[in-house]
Amino acid sequence: MKPFDYQRAHDVAQAVATVAAEPGAVFLGGGTNLVDHLKLGITAPELLVDVTRLHLDEVEELGDGGVRIGAGVRNSDLAAHPLIRQRYPVLSEALLAGASGQLRNAATTGGNLLQRTRCVYFQDTTTPCNKREPGSGCSALGGYTRHHAIFGASEHCSATHPSDMAVAMLMLDAVVEVQGATGPRRVALADLHRLPGDRPQDDTILEHGDLITAVELPAAPIARRSRYRKVRDRASYAFALVSVAAAVEVADGRITEARLALGGVAHKPWRAERAESALRGAVADDEAFAAAAEAELARARPLEGNAVKLPLLRGAITAVLRDLCEEDSR
Amino acid sequence: MTQAIATGDAGSAMRRVDGPDKVRGTARYAFEYPMKEPAYLHLVQSTITRGRVRAVHDGAALAVQGVLAVLSHTNATRIDPGDETELAVLQSDGVAYRGQPVAAVVAKTPEAAREAAALVGVDYDVYQHDVHLSAARTDLFAPDDTDTHQGDLEAAMAEADTVIDHVYSTPMQHNNPMEPHATIALWDGTSLILHESTQAVRMVHTTIASLFGLERDRVRVIAPYVGGGFGAKGPLHAPVVLACLAAMAVPGRPVKLAVTRRQMFTLVGYRSPTLQRVRLAADAQGRLSAVGDDVTAQSARFTQFVERAGDPSRMMYAAPNRRITHRLAALDTNAPTWMRAPGEAPGMFAPEVAMDELACALDIDPVELRLRNEPEVDPGTHKPFSSRTLAECMREGSRLFGWADRDPAPGVRRHDGWLVGTGMAASTYPALLMPGSSAEIRFEKGRYELRIGASDIGTGAWTVLGQLAAEALGVGVDAVRVHIGDSTLPAASLAGGSSGTVSWGTAITAAARAFREEHGDTPAPGARTTARGSDGADENYSAHSFGAQFAEVHVHADTGEVRVPRLLGVFSAGRIINPLTARSQFIGGMTMGVSMALHEHSVVDPRFGHVVTQDFADYHISVNADIGEIRAEWIDTPDYRANPTGAKGIGEIGITGTAAAVANAFHHATGVRVRDLPITVDAYLLGSRG
Repeated sequence: MKPFDYQRAHDVAQAVATVAAEPGAVFLGGGTNLVDHLKLGITAPELLVDVTRLHLDEVEELGDGGVRIGAGVRNSDLAAHPLIRQRYPVLSEALLAGASGQLRNAATTGGNLLQRTRCVYFQDTTTPCNKREPGSGCSALGGYTRHHAIFGASEHCSATHPSDMAVAMLMLDAVVEVQGATGPRRVALADLHRLPGDRPQDDTILEHGDLITAVELPAAPIARRSRYRKVRDRASYAFALVSVAAAVEVADGRITEARLALGGVAHKPWRAERAESALRGAVADDEAFAAAAEAELARARPLEGNAVKLPLLRGAITAVLRDLCEEDSR
Repeated sequence: MTQAIATGDAGSAMRRVDGPDKVRGTARYAFEYPMKEPAYLHLVQSTITRGRVRAVHDGAALAVQGVLAVLSHTNATRIDPGDETELAVLQSDGVAYRGQPVAAVVAKTPEAAREAAALVGVDYDVYQHDVHLSAARTDLFAPDDTDTHQGDLEAAMAEADTVIDHVYSTPMQHNNPMEPHATIALWDGTSLILHESTQAVRMVHTTIASLFGLERDRVRVIAPYVGGGFGAKGPLHAPVVLACLAAMAVPGRPVKLAVTRRQMFTLVGYRSPTLQRVRLAADAQGRLSAVGDDVTAQSARFTQFVERAGDPSRMMYAAPNRRITHRLAALDTNAPTWMRAPGEAPGMFAPEVAMDELACALDIDPVELRLRNEPEVDPGTHKPFSSRTLAECMREGSRLFGWADRDPAPGVRRHDGWLVGTGMAASTYPALLMPGSSAEIRFEKGRYELRIGASDIGTGAWTVLGQLAAEALGVGVDAVRVHIGDSTLPAASLAGGSSGTVSWGTAITAAARAFREEHGDTPAPGARTTARGSDGADENYSAHSFGAQFAEVHVHADTGEVRVPRLLGVFSAGRIINPLTARSQFIGGMTMGVSMALHEHSVVDPRFGHVVTQDFADYHISVNADIGEIRAEWIDTPDYRANPTGAKGIGEIGITGTAAAVANAFHHATGVRVRDLPITVDAYLLGSRG
């Protein structure tokens, strides 16, 4: 393992300046992904800048009913926070569906958003991977693709984003606060992650040195009754085959508003806009749920090894919408 | 279950004597021994699957501060592997599988060893490789003595009222004990001391002595505590040999090697995938006229290992016509090895699902179908069974599970969005008795010291061997102190094949009796006696453990997720020496059976030639949330025909039949018949009813 330096940052500006000035520097949050990468040889930074002492660990209530989450808030703390559980249960459920208790205790909000794909070829330095080594080729094409994308992949990469939390946040129209070398800015979560295109090495639009400092959740009365449904290959402690974050409003048996985001299906958390459109105004029944799923699945491009994600997504969307609507009618 | 807790008598539920030390972290495992100035070993593994090493460039690695040596085939000590071709590590430029060690770095710190290993350059000549297992391969071969034919299976199939003829598959699986393999090797110029994580102290001792041409008294192997093995720590694999080679390169320095979790998927064996064509022929009453199991499995090109999945079908059910065959493909992979119930685990999946298919086809209850095919003697060997207790296990299991009320119709029960079904299967495992164990009893300071080179891989040997000695000596268990896990103790057979307790037990019983005969009931301090145990089972009998497993399975009607909320196993494994440790073994086996049913699958990418699911995020093993109510019961039936202890092995039978019971319950829940493991959401979402 290559020797590296470690620094503990004490303020945001200093942390950003340090990393921005050093091409071989990276931020260290909970370390639940980066440390794996160091051991696997996926990355070999010169300098780790620890950002867990920046006091970015508050969950604040905003005046308009929204919530601002510091980037350093641990996943466990966020999942258990009363404001999150009351106003955004989908987020609490998503967090608790991810990883294990020990990992959630360590993982941070900012780090969770920036975790990298678990594609087996990305993690295996003995095989080509365009994301790890641009231009080397994609081993997933013609390989083991059970966990790979059905939406928005390219010939260069079909990896999926592994986060559960980000799927719920996308459904909640979250906004990410970023501190860069030239100052702070706000980025819609929907714009943070990218599709792979011909640059799969770039998971997000962030520049080197950019530090996520907070995530803001706008007020969303619809989210008070929201659900996260994750389907995986075992009952716990596994990445999603597919997941669904959903919220609906129903009046007189008809869906008046619907929000739907999907996980495990693309290089980024996937907003199911076509399904949302199909649901608005529809009678809240299984037929409409399945039709909404079909509307989204029309643009799916499964690989040889992950065709099961189509019926699975149809089933998961139907199940979660049925649960929400049944609850609504009670 | 008996309430007696601490009497320690054989048969009583004595708590593990090693438990407190393990909980406190004071029980030392191989890697944990404090060493003066240790060195650390890090491996360089081939990134090709077949070919030759043209050159090893070690300059950059040697320049790393703290590096003591870089080993490769160009400079490693020559050894004599004989037939143990898997152990011919760094002995030639040949590459036989991807991930094979082609070099290794010894350094003063693990970090330096790791950094330097990444700097070792290896040039290869690359040859074409082939890792694809298929029953259609034209180069399959029949290993010696693995086929049996009785009567005429084809004719029986042609004449039968009902036949079942399907191909079933089980995937490649990897042993993953909690503690990966680990070694500390110290070579002082004349002798070799090994702290080794092994199921078989003596096997390591004799194999290493033989490989390195050392007298046996110049090798010592120490392994008092072992964090599981499941078979992968029985026969030796490459890592321990590498540690010895490294120790010889740096005499006087202990060399530490801890196999990483990822390396568990390349270096220490695996369960071969199996393809089994199972054929059953029956009359309208369900009486079998023929049983066939044609097994295709894989082995390495450089050695031969047979996953004998056909074995249980030789003795399980009565039928005059029988055909059991094994065919192997020699592939460019590392060698398969033992994994909990080798042979029986896959071999009690395919035929037990086929029996369920036959029960459905004939509309006969699956328990009743099996009862109608109970043999009077072993149908393969025609020997009497030492005891045959399958019927009792099935009846007791039916009673405890509530089987009698079961509606056989598949795919008709639904609860809260889940399809609900139940299924059963039989279990069996041979009652093996290994020759060659000795034990010594010494009387010192008012206590009896039991000395035997046995291994406790987490099963409870530390506890039950003391119980057996106390019983044979006629003293309380507190008067016995147990010494195991060291090659300087009297030699003992391995902890494998569910044979440890009974094989060692015969030696312990013999030693205790001889001690009493020699020294009486009031021995003088220092009195000692050594005796040999049984030299094998009574060949006049066919000796097996039996069991019956019952599973309830729920399948989500929208997503196809599979859950096993209830699992019951009723076993008959002779005399139960300690109900606490026995229950742990049964439940552990059943849990691993659920894991086999639903999860475990090593995915090989044939283009590269290696397993790409090399961590626990991708190679799934059941977690707590996957296991619902799990219950193991037993019928305590001492079997003194099987061996003089009356006990039979319990370590492996729990995994046999579990996956079939789950698959059969899955069919009952959904109407979808599963013939391929593992059973994932795909089975329901992509499967066809019928």
